[in-house]
Order: sequence, then structure tokens, then C-alpha cells
Amino acid sequence: MLPRAFAQMFKKPWTNKFPAKYTPSNTTRFLEKVQAGKVKINPPVETPPGFRGKIQYDKEKCIGCQLCLKVCPSEAIEFKPEDKKIKIYLARCTFCSQCNDICPVNCLSMSNEFLLADSNLYSKDLIVE
Amino acid sequence: MSKATTTKTTYQIPIGPIHPALKEPVFFEFELDGEKIIDVNVKLGHVHRGIEWASRNRNPIQILYLAERICGICSYCHPIAFSLAVESVADIQVPERAEYLRVIHGELERICSHILWAGVAAHEIGFDTVLYLTWQIRERTLDLTEYLTGNRVTKGITMIGGVRRDITQDMLPKIHETLKYLKDNFEKLRHILLDDKTVKMRTKGCGILTKEDALKLCAVGPLTRSSGVKKDVRVDSSYFAYGDLDINYTTPDILTGEVNGDVYDRIIVRLLEIKQSIDLIEQCLDKMPAGPIVAEPKIPKLLAQLKKVNGEGVGRHEAPRGEVIHYVKLDGVNDAPYTWKVRAPTYNNILPWIPMLKGEQIADIPIVAASTDPCMSCTNRVAIVKDGNKFEMNKEELHRLSVEKTRGLML
Repeated sequence: MLPRAFAQMFKKPWTNKFPAKYTPSNTTRFLEKVQAGKVKINPPVETPPGFRGKIQYDKEKCIGCQLCLKVCPSEAIEFKPEDKKIKIYLARCTFCSQCNDICPVNCLSMSNEFLLADSNLYSKDLIVE
Repeated sequence: MSKATTTKTTYQIPIGPIHPALKEPVFFEFELDGEKIIDVNVKLGHVHRGIEWASRNRNPIQILYLAERICGICSYCHPIAFSLAVESVADIQVPERAEYLRVIHGELERICSHILWAGVAAHEIGFDTVLYLTWQIRERTLDLTEYLTGNRVTKGITMIGGVRRDITQDMLPKIHETLKYLKDNFEKLRHILLDDKTVKMRTKGCGILTKEDALKLCAVGPLTRSSGVKKDVRVDSSYFAYGDLDINYTTPDILTGEVNGDVYDRIIVRLLEIKQSIDLIEQCLDKMPAGPIVAEPKIPKLLAQLKKVNGEGVGRHEAPRGEVIHYVKLDGVNDAPYTWKVRAPTYNNILPWIPMLKGEQIADIPIVAASTDPCMSCTNRVAIVKDGNKFEMNKEELHRLSVEKTRGLML
């Protein structure tokens, strides 16, 4: 065990330092700088193929059959009767992609976007419609 | 001066329900004589979440994901046991390829769980370096899980009548690479956990569970196998593809030639099971036939079929911690099942704590308790509460109810 522990000290750490090597003193200011192009962000670990991230919804293709509502385990999908389309609340979504499997016209798909943390459960980023 | 007379008495200390030494809420009441444990009382029921109740307005496909959330580590064995139960009710024949894929995912979960346990056990005896080492190895297994299923922990791979994702030819190199990494590191892990002086001193002869006690208290999983009881659902009832694979009971005498039933033996059994699981995955990859991966690919059709079915079924699966049983009753009228009952393996492994802890020292409590790999949130299923009072069903009460029912039937 001891030789292995010592050898570890000279190896590259396993942890990926995301989004920056050291915690920024002010996260908001850090993000502003990133957007202005002043600082480079340390990229996250790449997602594997077939990763279940944020749901993508093709509104044109949707026929309003409501099958996805029937299988969603967390009842994250709401039906809008006026235009016969759906609305997905990602704050409730469990990313099981069961709605993708049942969709008869394949209008739903999973992307590899996973940075979805938000303080507001009903923010624009967390509602797919 | 009169001689002071002192009488030696035992004293009690309560530990829990919330305690820094415990990962999950459980209440212990110890009777101690100095450092020695004389008697133990265990009380459960602090993390009951009403999962079965939540199933009352969900259809079987939604319950798969609810079952996944019974336990974070056993996120595969609960839905798979549930789907086994539903398949036995609805008489669904699972395709052969899906049976092999189910074995692969089940064994991958076992590897993750046992490596995690090895780290936690090392942490309990203050050997934190091993904890980090095991988690480094586990990370590779989780990466493989994410590659095969799309998620790291809640896999979402189970479907009634099969699995949801196939293993294609281009995925094989990554699987073989991870299995090779695991095999290379297995020897290092074995050397650290079995040959180390510190681990040996703390675990040998500690928390002994005899074969008689293990049989009497219905212990399951690695706990009972380390006491020399040959009990394993994978061998006893050949479900999935286990009947075609080379698998046998893992008992500590394979490695050491003797069975002591102590914590050290439990480490041996779990390590041997990691090796067995790697071997089983390799066998599956070799033998896996081509074909469909799910019995009924059209989910609306499957749901309609399940709605019409009437009957009850039981699903049994060997989870990393032991046998998990799901009981399902479908009434043929509603979407939701009439009843769903879960019996998690830790439920059986709670009572063996009492003979294991008796006669040990206070400092041995964490490692002895951790050696059964307890999972409280899995276990806590039913709490009968009415008007703030707690009712417990004892043997006499149950017997009285049983007699009453017999009388009712005779009329």
C-alpha cells in the first residue's frame, strides 16, 4: 500500500478541475469574464455516446398523441390542449428517456447537455417546449 | 473506616438514529459491561418513504423507475426483480440475448457495490487510503456503466420483457479494456485487503456469525455465504442466463480452506465475488447469441397487455447484498398494480447483527455493522401508524388473525 500511495503523489490527479483550476472568488464575475472571452474555461469530462442529457423537442414533428405523458415516471410532461403540444419541466425530469422510446414520430431525443443547475425551478432553461 | 462496597452493574448507551458513525438512520440500544457488549437491541423504521404507496397511481413502466430509486447502489436489482415478477404474471418470454444482457448489467452492479463496500469497510477501521484506492477502481466501472446504459447510477436499462439498450460490436473493446483494468487491479486490492497486518488484526475473529445462526436468522447474500451456508439465488434457481454459465457458490474455504464466519471471511467472499462477476461478464460476452433484446418493442401494446392481466407473481434476484424479492399483484382492471411489496436483502441481515455484536467491544460496532453492507433506506418498508400511535404486529396477534381468517373461511 505505501509504495502505491507514494507513487500516487507524483501522478496527475484523477479529478478534472472544472470549470477552473482554483475556485473563483466570485462565480458570477468569473462567468461574465468567460462570456467576454477574457478567461478560458476548463472543459468538463466528455460525455459518452448515448448519454442522457437535456431533452430536445421537435415541436413541428409532434402529433400530440400524449403517449409520453402516460409513461413519464415523474409526471414532468404537461399537455397543452390549445395547440396540442407538450411542455417538459426539466426540474422534475429523471432523464430515463422513456418518452423518447415511446414517441411514435421520434420528436424527442436526448442531447449531451448536462449543466442544468438553476436556482429557479421554472427558469427558461429548465422548460422545454 | 467502613469498607466501601461497590456492585458492578451494566449500563446502557443509545446510538442513533442519527449518529456520525452511521451512514443511514438506525437505532441501537447497547447494554455494556465496561467495553464489552452484553446485549443489543436494533430498531428500524426511520427512513420509511412510502414507495409502495407511491406506486398506487403508476403503471408498471413508471414503477420501473420508482423501483430504481429504492436504493442508489442497487439501482438495477430492484427494477429487474420487479420486472421478473410482472413477467411471471403476464407470462412474457424474455428473448435469449436479453437474458445475457441482464446478467452483464447485474454483475457490473455487483462489482461496483462490492468495491464500494471494500472502501467503506476500510474507512470504518480508519484505513482511508484504501477507501480512495477502491473508489479510483470503482470510477472505471462507473464509466463503463455510463457507456453501456447512458447514466452512471440510475441506469434506466430495465424494461419489462427485456432490456432497453443493446451491446453492439463497437462497444466490446471498451468493455474488455475495463475488465482487463479490473483484473490487473484485483490482485492489488486482494493484497491490500487480505495480507495487510492492520486489516487482519481488526477483522480476524471479529463479529463471528456461526453457520447455525446464519441458517436460523435467514441471513442472505455474502453474509450467509461467508458463514459457510451455500445459498445463492443465481445458482439455486437458474433465472436469466445463469443456467448456461459456469457459476458456483462462493464460500471463504475456496481461498483459505476454512470457514470462520468473521469479518475477514466476509472480505474474502466479496473479493472472490468481484472476480466471479468479471468472469461471468466475459462468459456472457462470448456466449451471447444474436437476436432481439426485448419481447415487445411497442410499449403502448405492452401496457395494454399488462392492463388486462390478472394474477400475482414473485420476482427473485441475487442483489449484491443478497436475495431481493418483489411481489406484484395485478387485478386486470387498473393500470397500477393492486399490490406491490418489496423485501430488500438488508431486512434479513439486520437480525444477525445481534449474535455478531454480542461479546465484542464498542469500537468494533462500525466494522461489524458495516460488514453486512446494510442499506437502511432499502429495508424500511412498512410502518403502521395511526393517530400518532405505533402498532407492532407480534406473533400472538398474527396467530390470532390467522385463526380468525381460517374461521371466516370455514363459514
